[in-house]
Amino acid sequence: MSTITSTHTSAPAPSRSTRPSYRVTGLRVLRSEWAKLWSLRSTWITLGLGLLFLVGIGLIAAAQYKSRITSGHHMDPDFAGATAVSLSLFGTRFAQLALGVLGVLVTAGEYSTGMIRSTLAAVPRRLPVLWSKSAVFGLVALVVSTAGVFATFLFAGGIVSGTNAAMTLSDTGVVRSLLGAGLYLGLVAVIGTALGALLRSVAGGISVLVGALMLIPGLISLLPSAWQDNISPYLPSNAGESMFALHHDATTLSPTAGMLVFLAWTVLALAGAAWRLARTDA
Amino acid sequence: MIEAHQLTKRYGDKTAVDQLDFTVRPGTVTGFLGPNGAGKSTTMRMIVGLDAPTSGSVIVNGRRYAQHRAPLQEVGALLEAKSIHPGRSAFDHLMAQAYTHGIPRRRVEEVVELTGLQSVAKKRAGSFSLGMGQRLGIAAALLGDPQTVMLDEPVNGLDPEGVLWIRNLLTGLAADGRTVFVSSHLMSEMALVADHLIIVGRGRLLADTTVQDLVRQAGGDTVKVATSDPARLREILAKPGVEITGQAGSEELLVTGLSSRSIGVYAAEHGIPLFELTPMTISLEEAFMELTRDAVEYHGTTGIQTLRSVA
Repeated sequence: MSTITSTHTSAPAPSRSTRPSYRVTGLRVLRSEWAKLWSLRSTWITLGLGLLFLVGIGLIAAAQYKSRITSGHHMDPDFAGATAVSLSLFGTRFAQLALGVLGVLVTAGEYSTGMIRSTLAAVPRRLPVLWSKSAVFGLVALVVSTAGVFATFLFAGGIVSGTNAAMTLSDTGVVRSLLGAGLYLGLVAVIGTALGALLRSVAGGISVLVGALMLIPGLISLLPSAWQDNISPYLPSNAGESMFALHHDATTLSPTAGMLVFLAWTVLALAGAAWRLARTDA
Repeated sequence: MIEAHQLTKRYGDKTAVDQLDFTVRPGTVTGFLGPNGAGKSTTMRMIVGLDAPTSGSVIVNGRRYAQHRAPLQEVGALLEAKSIHPGRSAFDHLMAQAYTHGIPRRRVEEVVELTGLQSVAKKRAGSFSLGMGQRLGIAAALLGDPQTVMLDEPVNGLDPEGVLWIRNLLTGLAADGRTVFVSSHLMSEMALVADHLIIVGRGRLLADTTVQDLVRQAGGDTVKVATSDPARLREILAKPGVEITGQAGSEELLVTGLSSRSIGVYAAEHGIPLFELTPMTISLEEAFMELTRDAVEYHGTTGIQTLRSVA
């Protein structure tokens, strides 16, 4: 502490001529958001948790399937038509929670802590912050998830080899499904980020995220069945599932259509977030 | 240089900042004074673009803050304490801010040292005391080596050593030719560092003045004299720079511009008996409280008139 009073005189005041020329650029905002993401312990924990759900639950599902086959146990309908792909993607719906929640934390966490004031003071044009946060975390989630699902498939495939569920990467649609699952989780991360920026509340963002991905599909069954068939495939969760499902029927969207619909939901959430960020006081 | 023009902010039907006009100039410390809730923080938030004005404008170094290529190089701001993520270390926080502008790591290390945070820079900022948090906020404000430094209540929560450090820092920055704008609700604190004062109450400008003028206008050098011959005493004391007021028929005069000692000497030289010779000392704090109390009670009378009535 004794150094403090004596150091003020050294307050550096470079003359006009030697003044460094700093400048805010898109790449630098990205760099800053990258640094922010990795300098919080919660990122490592939540991302690790997401990966654990993804891989662990996939492997448990595969092991369960295998043990029921070998013991000749009654196969419940969930498992009856299982493939190595569906078993290894079993953890997707749990991993999406971890990634979506982390996305909400990336943005709403800045509002709840006051960090947003520093962020927007450095980047007062604001929108680059939203694009950078979404891009950085979306890509991180995409890479981690894609690596996760491929690893899970390789292990789960080994576990269920020799059963009806056995598949390899060279089978039709397998790589597409696995890539679709990685992309789906990456987009969920972006949606979480957007919801956090839109609602500026960690609790609010998580609630809407869980509601949109997990609760609304249940509520839709309350609608008249004619409506259900028209609406249901376009819900975020169902459209997302079409992205990575191996088999499609008349009630689901094709993988491409599912991806486009899910992308549209992502863009919608981002647009709302951008509007709020640009228009309202921080 | 900060220039506010008819700056106004309304929240619903509550007006937080009401048509403020002021200029903060380089090379001096400008104090921004007002009771809690006077609109100081809102004004500062509008300066760095966190809040948008309802009407009017405020520009920094010739442009709106958001239009600068390197905002942190124009204005370094310490807003409400702890504009940080508690889970991030002080160093990482500063580094994240620095990345946005391409500010080198060396400069981050410099401000860490300047604010005396070396020993705690790698610790989570959430574990910081109020004083350490303030230092971190000031380190962030100085990061871009800004032309204009703006601090909202910087001495809050600081120990006496920290308060002294802030004072020296502010005067040092102003001596470098920078614009220094500091808010406070404590006149006594401002009187020690500020040359210029912008005083607000209920969002309105009450006074835009210097410390000396405020003292003078507050009656800091007025002397009350009672004598049997006020007319003659007036003649004797009348000189350039001396102002004398008094009601007809009253034995009392109010003299500004002369010390009670010299009034006494003049009166004795001319054989005028004095019954009373009282310096009307009023502290800056009293002047400020009087000014802002009236502002609150009467919804912002124009400041200087109010000051006169105090004297």
